Amino acid sequence: MNIVIVGGGKVGTALTEHLSNEGHDVVVIDKDPKVIEESVNQFDVMGICGNGVSHQVQTEAGVAKAHLLIAVTSSDELNILCCLMAKKIGVQHTIARVRNPEYAQQMHFLREELGLSLVVNPEFAAANEIARVLRFPTAINMESFAGDRVDLAEIKLPKDNVLAGMCVHEIASRLKSRVLICAVQRGDAIYIPNGSFRLEAGDRLHITSKRSDMIAFMKELGIYRHRTKNVLISGGGKMGYYLARQLSETGHKVKVIEKDEERARTLAQLLPHATVIVGDGSDRSLLLEQGLDNQDAFVALATMDEENIITTMYAASLGVGKTVAKVNRVSHDLLRSIGIETAVSSKTIAANQIVGYVRALENSGSSSVQTLYKLVEGRVEALEFRITAEDAFYIGRMLKELRIQDDVMIGCILRKGKIIYPCGDDSIETGDGVVVISSHHGFKTFEEIFC
Amino acid sequence: MNYRMVSTTVGKILIAEALLLLLPLSVAFYFHESDTLWAFLATGLLLLLVGGLLEIKKPRHRRIYAREGFMIVAISWMLISCFGALPFLLSGAIRNPIDAVFETVSGFTTTGSSILTNIEAMPKSLLFWRSFTHWIGGMGILMFVLAFLPQRENQSTYIMRAEVPGPSKGKLVSKTMVTARILYAIYFCMTVVEIILLWAGGIPLFDSVTTAFGTAGTGGFSVRNASIAAYDSVYAEIVISLFMLAFGVNFNLYYLLLVRQFKRVFKSDELRWYLGIVATSTVLITLNILPLYDNLAEALRYAGFQVASIITTTGFSTADYTGWPVLSQMLLLTLFCIGACAGSTGGGFKVERLVVICKAALSRIRKSINSREVVSIKLDGNAVDMQYAYNVLAYLAAYVILVFLGIFFICLDNVDMPEAISAVLTCFNNIGPAFGKLGPAGNFSSLSNFSKVVLSFLMLAGRLEIYPMIIVFYYRAWKRKN
Repeated sequence: MNIVIVGGGKVGTALTEHLSNEGHDVVVIDKDPKVIEESVNQFDVMGICGNGVSHQVQTEAGVAKAHLLIAVTSSDELNILCCLMAKKIGVQHTIARVRNPEYAQQMHFLREELGLSLVVNPEFAAANEIARVLRFPTAINMESFAGDRVDLAEIKLPKDNVLAGMCVHEIASRLKSRVLICAVQRGDAIYIPNGSFRLEAGDRLHITSKRSDMIAFMKELGIYRHRTKNVLISGGGKMGYYLARQLSETGHKVKVIEKDEERARTLAQLLPHATVIVGDGSDRSLLLEQGLDNQDAFVALATMDEENIITTMYAASLGVGKTVAKVNRVSHDLLRSIGIETAVSSKTIAANQIVGYVRALENSGSSSVQTLYKLVEGRVEALEFRITAEDAFYIGRMLKELRIQDDVMIGCILRKGKIIYPCGDDSIETGDGVVVISSHHGFKTFEEIFC
Repeated sequence: MNYRMVSTTVGKILIAEALLLLLPLSVAFYFHESDTLWAFLATGLLLLLVGGLLEIKKPRHRRIYAREGFMIVAISWMLISCFGALPFLLSGAIRNPIDAVFETVSGFTTTGSSILTNIEAMPKSLLFWRSFTHWIGGMGILMFVLAFLPQRENQSTYIMRAEVPGPSKGKLVSKTMVTARILYAIYFCMTVVEIILLWAGGIPLFDSVTTAFGTAGTGGFSVRNASIAAYDSVYAEIVISLFMLAFGVNFNLYYLLLVRQFKRVFKSDELRWYLGIVATSTVLITLNILPLYDNLAEALRYAGFQVASIITTTGFSTADYTGWPVLSQMLLLTLFCIGACAGSTGGGFKVERLVVICKAALSRIRKSINSREVVSIKLDGNAVDMQYAYNVLAYLAAYVILVFLGIFFICLDNVDMPEAISAVLTCFNNIGPAFGKLGPAGNFSSLSNFSKVVLSFLMLAGRLEIYPMIIVFYYRAWKRKN
């Protein structure tokens, strides 16, 4: 597929990497020649230096014949304008990143009336993810599928846990609650476990189940933590605003610390149920004064990664139950090695959303990718397929009769609003949604998961 | 330094050379030249063996960077030249190994300087191989490998950047492999058209093919002792002149023509300068040599052909310009240094760089008049990044230093100063004939082995634009860790 990416910032670069590695013909447009040079050196793509809204630059980039244009410059207005221009020049699909909350309310209009295929709001998506984790603080990370109905949680097995040393097939008989273990991360290795896989303390499990089952499971393991009530957010940017709004709507007590007085005043108007504090969120005495030590959760959303890392570590040392840091540049592996478990990167979230959309565009016919999540630094993919085939060989057959590739697991089946966590006797029907977890990369159709 | 990746890629290139040897092999078969047939067969098998051994060990990780790219290019070019010399040696056509290597390097780098005293006495298949090396070297053997061997990783950009001449290395399309294919397709089609045109003009087929190879790669090996003058055909001279000029143009422009973006072609400063230089020097030389020839048409014929031949760094000749007035000789020597357009098959300093340094100098002068004036250097209507201008100036410095070092080395050989200077310039810019004894009528056989080695190095350095050949001899580049 021919893809034009406008803007070579953090999201743009992440997209360039993913999409060129998946074999697409990528053209990157950016104003800064250094950014272009960097991209062209690192990836097999073409770079064009210029303003992405310029008609001439777009023609030069071959927008007329491209399938998709992705506008991820730092300005919302530029992105929207870029997409509109490209649409007129003749591109088939357009994706724009729009972050401003004022525009975010008119997403529907942007899509339906202006013809943008997808509008991505990374800050909003990241705030959603943080809110999910805070509702379910035992999990290190939470992803959701099928319109938030299916959760995929990452938990860490503590020492001396009942599960340590147990085989996966024994769990059903030893514990009352039923969950599906989709992926296990041990040190640097990733496993998609089968029945004889033996768990060890320190493993990171990615599990999926009904929410009630998941809670029961964690209670049995003795790692369950109640949902958070008091949340302190440092940094009142876009993400902070989205998060505070969501949390206060779901009954949390939210306190937002914002450095800029003007911004703080705006926030106070926008968030009537939250407490807004003016001050430096990295200042220790201010944090203590605002009662950091008796919060249930602390979320660091300042601009600087370093500041977020240090403040979350400080909060954790004070015994705050759940800490979340916004980190855009540092890799999650590195953060884990210094003890920061839950980190959210809007860049990764946006990139995953778009790559998932591209996959969905690509496949035609019997099945299509609905959502794509990259877990464990992108080494495991969780894909939601929509089965549209009427007469494929797998329709109606019991799963235990089908031969599925190694390192691939069917996480759950969504049928008519119901969620089925499948065992060998279940089958796949036309119209189902199927969540597949795999350490392979680049599945585009559902058929590919079979041997 | 990813040694395994370097050796695998070099191995692949040697195997590609073995496959390319099939062509001269079949020529040898056709002309029943059994000696050279065996020589080609033995060389091919040896290449397969060495290439296979280098290639067999799979690298642990396939990531390469600029350093490995330069290294791969430099090593491959040296190795293909050494192996390419084997048919000359094994068949006994050239006895001195240094001579054979010089001849092959001269072929691959599209220089066209020869040590052969009687070209017409050589077996046909060897003459074919000699000209075919021009064709391979013109577009680059690594580009060939990139275009046609399956690539699993996307690391090819660095290799392409190290081999394609010119300061700016634009891709035509996103994928390096597709870009390489498009370029080769354009190259191939133009070569075929030239063969047909020459053949239609009454040149024997074998001569048409070899001459077209020499033109396409802007090389300059001819299969006749008297070069193009042997055919004494105005038609052939015009066809060859036009094709030499055409192969000296940036190939990206042909792609733009193909996708009907005519505006961008006409906006090219480099093309305008290139054509301007050709026209001006043709007029000046024609006027200058007018007394030597019967009429204006005659003078124009020789001057036009020689200018086209020299500026594109081809080096065919129809007249012995060493007998021309000094002004004409000096003009030709200047053209030696300028060379063809970036992204063409020609060598030299490249017109694009010349445009940039001229404009940089001009902007400096304007700045000295009014120190507060902000002057930007523009190329094709777009402002040039200062880093880019700096890179061009740095290249100029490296170019000048290397040329001077080369001249000092050649002077050890006790040749005339004009001969030493012109020999270095002709080899470094991949042209072919020099002045004096080394002119179009003479050849390089009289030089010592040492001079031939130095000139071979300069030819490679000139073709690969200096840096790869320096880096390969730079100890820090060989360190395993950065």
